[in-house]
Amino acid sequence: MKKIFALLFISLCLVSCSDDDATNTIIQTNTTFNFSHNFDGTSVTNVDFNTIQFTNENGEMISIERLRYLISDVTFTTTSNEVLELDNYNLVDVTNNNNLSFELGSQIPSGNYSNVSFTFGFDNTDNAENYLDLNSASFNVPAMLGGGYHYMQFDGKYLDNSNMEANFNYHAIRAVDNPGMDPTFPQDTFFTVNLGAVTITNDATFNIEMNIAEWFRNPNTWDLNQLNTVLMPNSAAQIQMFQNGQSVFTLGSVSQ
Amino acid sequence: MCFYFLFFSCSSDNENDGYTPVALDLEIPEIFSSNIIPPVIPNDNTQTVEGVALGKRLFFDQILSGDQTMACASCHSPQNAFTDDTPTSVGIDGVFGTRNSMPLFNLAWNYNERFAWDGKELSLERQALEPVENPIEMHSDWEDVVDRLQNHPEYPEFFQQAFNTSTITKELAAKAIAQFERTLISANSKFDRYSLGQTTLTPQELNGLDVFLREDKGDCFHCHGNPNNPLWTDNDFHNNGLDATFTDLGLGSVTGDPNDNGKFRSPSLRNLAYTSPFMHDGRFATLDEVIDFYSEGLQNSPTIDPLMKNIAQGGVQLSAQDKADLKAFLLSLSDPSFLTNPDFQN
Repeated sequence: MKKIFALLFISLCLVSCSDDDATNTIIQTNTTFNFSHNFDGTSVTNVDFNTIQFTNENGEMISIERLRYLISDVTFTTTSNEVLELDNYNLVDVTNNNNLSFELGSQIPSGNYSNVSFTFGFDNTDNAENYLDLNSASFNVPAMLGGGYHYMQFDGKYLDNSNMEANFNYHAIRAVDNPGMDPTFPQDTFFTVNLGAVTITNDATFNIEMNIAEWFRNPNTWDLNQLNTVLMPNSAAQIQMFQNGQSVFTLGSVSQ
Repeated sequence: MCFYFLFFSCSSDNENDGYTPVALDLEIPEIFSSNIIPPVIPNDNTQTVEGVALGKRLFFDQILSGDQTMACASCHSPQNAFTDDTPTSVGIDGVFGTRNSMPLFNLAWNYNERFAWDGKELSLERQALEPVENPIEMHSDWEDVVDRLQNHPEYPEFFQQAFNTSTITKELAAKAIAQFERTLISANSKFDRYSLGQTTLTPQELNGLDVFLREDKGDCFHCHGNPNNPLWTDNDFHNNGLDATFTDLGLGSVTGDPNDNGKFRSPSLRNLAYTSPFMHDGRFATLDEVIDFYSEGLQNSPTIDPLMKNIAQGGVQLSAQDKADLKAFLLSLSDPSFLTNPDFQN
């Protein structure tokens, strides 16, 4: 909530600035994030789930059976380094085709922005809050496992070294050691996704693309025969997910 | 003039409306309101005192069945947390069905509103219609049922009070039953009281919770809830590895999608002390058998859920101590007050 006030204040400042500058009229725009998914360029929707048809960097054939992930705190940074951070979040549920389009909920002043970004997952402050809708979606991480929320649940099957189908659960959470009464957190594993500079002139739709294949490479070539299930308590695996996640999202286009 | 017409209109409507049912809000337990979003109440069937009372009367009344020997409560008994104690349930003709009777509680929190083991019923109201005409359940006919209700000495007045009409329809009967079913709330288990800081768990129960949650042990929570999702189910559909080949397609028989074959709705783990036997076909007589199945008995199949672990080894391989502790924890989710709540008795 605190961020909403910050947004209002900054918005008012920007509007005030526009009053001073008679040559530029700032309008309030409605902005939407659309999320699409591909596997190295091949479009992926839930229609493509449940079939072993994708090959990861390590050469394993995989299927996708469940994919949902959390993004939060969409942030607009102006060319004068003013920051508009929206205290929002969205659970993108590819499995059920829900929330692939996310209306940001606050109007954004038109203008030049040096960067637009969002957080993959929750930052640690947000992760410590209680979200009834995410609990209801069974997206929380029980306190005994470190608490907070999943950042992503990505489940599927792969052909193992014996060419047999096996399951994987690529679940991203806040990396934790010694979960339980006295947990320690070796490294933050949420990350900021920078979409780059954008000029907003009108109501805008950001088309954001996730290349699922990137979760399995760059910098860590992911060997599903080694890292397949029980990854939530594996802080080293969580850190590798964090590292691989840096290159997963790109801004495809902005339509307005 | 304008005000005159407004007052006149209001006055006229009130005279024609007759009895106005009294709105009845569900009593939402603290453990729910502090953790999960509100229940689903359809706009066209809001809860009323009279609607719930009518629904309760219908739920326990054998008038709904073909030979008037069976009520909803015959397979959904309050003493069994609104299920029965047989693997599958017998209908009025002595024929057993193929599915275990599902216990009934906390139904208003099934956010996707897909009911029954296979998700074929897309609302509680629609579900309430089905058993009456099912030939291996009540084996009746709604026209006959409506005739019996319409000619009953009391029911027309009950419908008048609940729905402002004495003209009975199957849809209104189903609405009333659904209203009653939404009042069946169970949230007073030992674990609920523990979560609210009102009691403590034994070391065995606490270790059982640990087994339940840990990914490297039971990993039950991904499908069956956790302390922050106290429904103890995700109300979603999974193939949990019961069979290598399917005699019952479950959700697949409803959607027609082969990827859904063998998937059934995760039942809530509340009230397991009263709801045996278990699974969609009631194949496991005891909770011990269920735990053994998840530990060593999983069967692989093309649609098995990726959340099922160590399938090649048959399951999560719990020790005897962990099994016993897990059972102790699971039983702490049972709510004896739900069985004796006078509002839920005939």
